[in-house]
Amino acid sequence: MSAATAEHPVVRVAVPQRSLASELRAVRIVWRRELIRYRTDRMRMITTLVQPLLFLFVLGAGLNRLSRAGTHGVDLTTFIYPGILAISVLFTAMFSAASIVWDREFGFLREMMVAPVRRSSIVIGKCLGGATVASIQGVIVICLAGAVNVPYNPVMIIEVFALQLLLAFSITAFGVMVAVRIKQMQSFMGVMQMIITPMFFISGALFPVSGLPTWLGVLNRFDPLAYAVDPMRRIVFSHLSLSPLARASLDSGITWFGWRVPTLVEAAAVVVLGLIMLAIAIVEFSTTD
Amino acid sequence: MAVEETHDGPATPAGPATPGGATAAPDGPATPTGTATPTGTATPTGTATPTGTATPTGMATPTGTATPTGTATPTDTSGAAPPSSRAGGGAAPAIEVRELVKSFGEVRAVRGVSFEVAIGEVFGFLGPNGAGKTTTINMLCTLTRPSAGEALVAGHDVVRERDDVRRNIGLVFQDPTVDGYLTAAQNLQLHAELYGVRSDLVRPRMRQVLEMVGLWERRGTAVSTFSGGMRRRLEIARGLMHSPRVLFLDEPTIGLDPQTRRSIWSYIRELKEQEEITIFMTTHYMDEAEWCDRIAIMDHGEIVALDSPEALKASVGTDRVTIQTDDNEAAIAALRSQFGLDAKLSEGAVTIAVAGGAQFVPHLFDEWDPSHPPIRGVSVSRPTLDDVFMSYTGTTIRDAEEDQSRHRNRVMMQMMGGGRR
Ligand SMILES: Nc1ncnc2c1ncn2[C@@H]1O[C@H](COP(=O)(O)OP(=O)(O)OP(=O)(O)O)[C@@H](O)[C@H]1O
Ligand SMILES: [Mg+2]
Repeated sequence: MSAATAEHPVVRVAVPQRSLASELRAVRIVWRRELIRYRTDRMRMITTLVQPLLFLFVLGAGLNRLSRAGTHGVDLTTFIYPGILAISVLFTAMFSAASIVWDREFGFLREMMVAPVRRSSIVIGKCLGGATVASIQGVIVICLAGAVNVPYNPVMIIEVFALQLLLAFSITAFGVMVAVRIKQMQSFMGVMQMIITPMFFISGALFPVSGLPTWLGVLNRFDPLAYAVDPMRRIVFSHLSLSPLARASLDSGITWFGWRVPTLVEAAAVVVLGLIMLAIAIVEFSTTD
Repeated sequence: MAVEETHDGPATPAGPATPGGATAAPDGPATPTGTATPTGTATPTGTATPTGTATPTGMATPTGTATPTGTATPTDTSGAAPPSSRAGGGAAPAIEVRELVKSFGEVRAVRGVSFEVAIGEVFGFLGPNGAGKTTTINMLCTLTRPSAGEALVAGHDVVRERDDVRRNIGLVFQDPTVDGYLTAAQNLQLHAELYGVRSDLVRPRMRQVLEMVGLWERRGTAVSTFSGGMRRRLEIARGLMHSPRVLFLDEPTIGLDPQTRRSIWSYIRELKEQEEITIFMTTHYMDEAEWCDRIAIMDHGEIVALDSPEALKASVGTDRVTIQTDDNEAAIAALRSQFGLDAKLSEGAVTIAVAGGAQFVPHLFDEWDPSHPPIRGVSVSRPTLDDVFMSYTGTTIRDAEEDQSRHRNRVMMQMMGGGRR
């Protein structure tokens, strides 16, 4: 076998000039590598699901008795569910971003950095990859709807999924933006924990946003994650049959000076923030060695 | 998989390839490096083929008519090829560096180096840890911006024409960068796509480079199961995947066993023959530097010597006499007082550099005063690259590195000690 090819002359290839096509190809490669990696990393699928499921089933079921009075007959797990839909992509997207630190430490990133492609293609591919992987995780949580008495409505599922995709993209962009600066895994995880955990708690994933203490209400309005959790809840709740009282107190929505922010504006806020962070990540990544 | 076993014994630098090397002619019987061994005829291409049936001509002539794939034309397959031709001739050098400087804050890692590498040359950078070898490579590969100075690689400026440089170079990093999650073939596939290699050429090219490093049979295996040497070889294959004109190898053989090191060197020679590739590499193995056409000795960010290994050795002009005694300090003092020689302690033995070492030894024994510590053993060696290094930097490369690691250890101990209190 090898004898046959040994008689072949040298196969010589040529590297073409950089073009838009080559950039798109690079984006696709980075994206695909993210997926391959996710597929081979079974542990990650499980570990990133543990936390959201703990919140949903353990915390939700555990506090249910305490909270019955305040939820107007709605099961607490049902109430928390939209929040969990949001945070399930949060953890996975964070892990995807973390792999940029990992790649730097173990060198594969450098292989991409000397290739004749723009750094921006690498960052964009990474964010798209992170978004894809995170949405796969999100789908698993969508599948759990029945367990918390939420009907499997196709429109709802599509809307939830689209929102998850946007959120996952933005969170990955955020993670990449941080990861470009930080060169060690431990510190990256520490920093992300420090930022993500408060964001998660303040977002209103676990409590309704009406009638909060003033300081918390203000913080909540400034928390980007809140603008993913709120529309998520609105989408899910619009497919539930609830008493008007329950709807008013549980799904009051985020207001700006009395104006209830519409779903589309909230989704746009998530995307715009994501794009800004993506831009910062690209600039930072292009200027580091 | 038996590719690397099929080597002729000693590592013979292919004599004729060295440009001005004939001047050194170490003809004495005591040549330790074996430059005078008569095996210089063994062509690298012949030895590396696993079956041995392939005639060297079949590999070297690019006109093979019986190519089933039809993809094998060696001429550039795209019109976008750079203007300067591969064939070279009197073309510009492959690498041109002028007064290159890199500082990291206070640390001046590279302090104004200048050199040229001709097309098709194997050029080596030799120096102890921290000499600035990797930093220089990173600048040439556009990974790090120079603080000052200028460098052209394959005719393109490393700062202003980064993309053109990148299209023309292959790079094997000091630390492994192959992706353990992927198989060998996936790694190469990814690389080829990243470089925009035409998809119908990917497969034959992959086969070519993987066979060269003896990994074709293992192409479907996940890289995480590869041994260190296999990863290294895969990395070299990957660096070659896009037919670069200049291949940079940063310590390609570090941490490998002698046999794998030898096989990697035979790929390097083979490459040079087959692909007219220019090779720029760093090493801190003296014996490896012998394989290069020319070497630059680097120390503390500066090039202290640059020539062919033979010329460098010839320039030393002295032999190395090593003496074993029970009391080295006393022996050094005795040599100084009695013979006026400046002896040094190196690697645990007393070392003297003298012209005509073989004649010096009888003289030494005749004159050695009985009151001095008795001499237990003597050896004389013709100048090696170690001596070259010594004569330009004042220490051997190993001593230089031990000093460094001792320093590092001390700093670490201090840090740890400080942390505990
Ligand atoms: N990113 C960096 N920041 C600060 N200092 C650096 C950086 N990279 C290298 N240096 C310093 O530059 C000097 C040269 O380092 P370099 O890696 O080029 O050495 P080297 O010759 O490749 O050594 P080795 O044989 O250990 O690989 C060292 O003193 C190192 O500490
Ligand atoms: Mg180095």
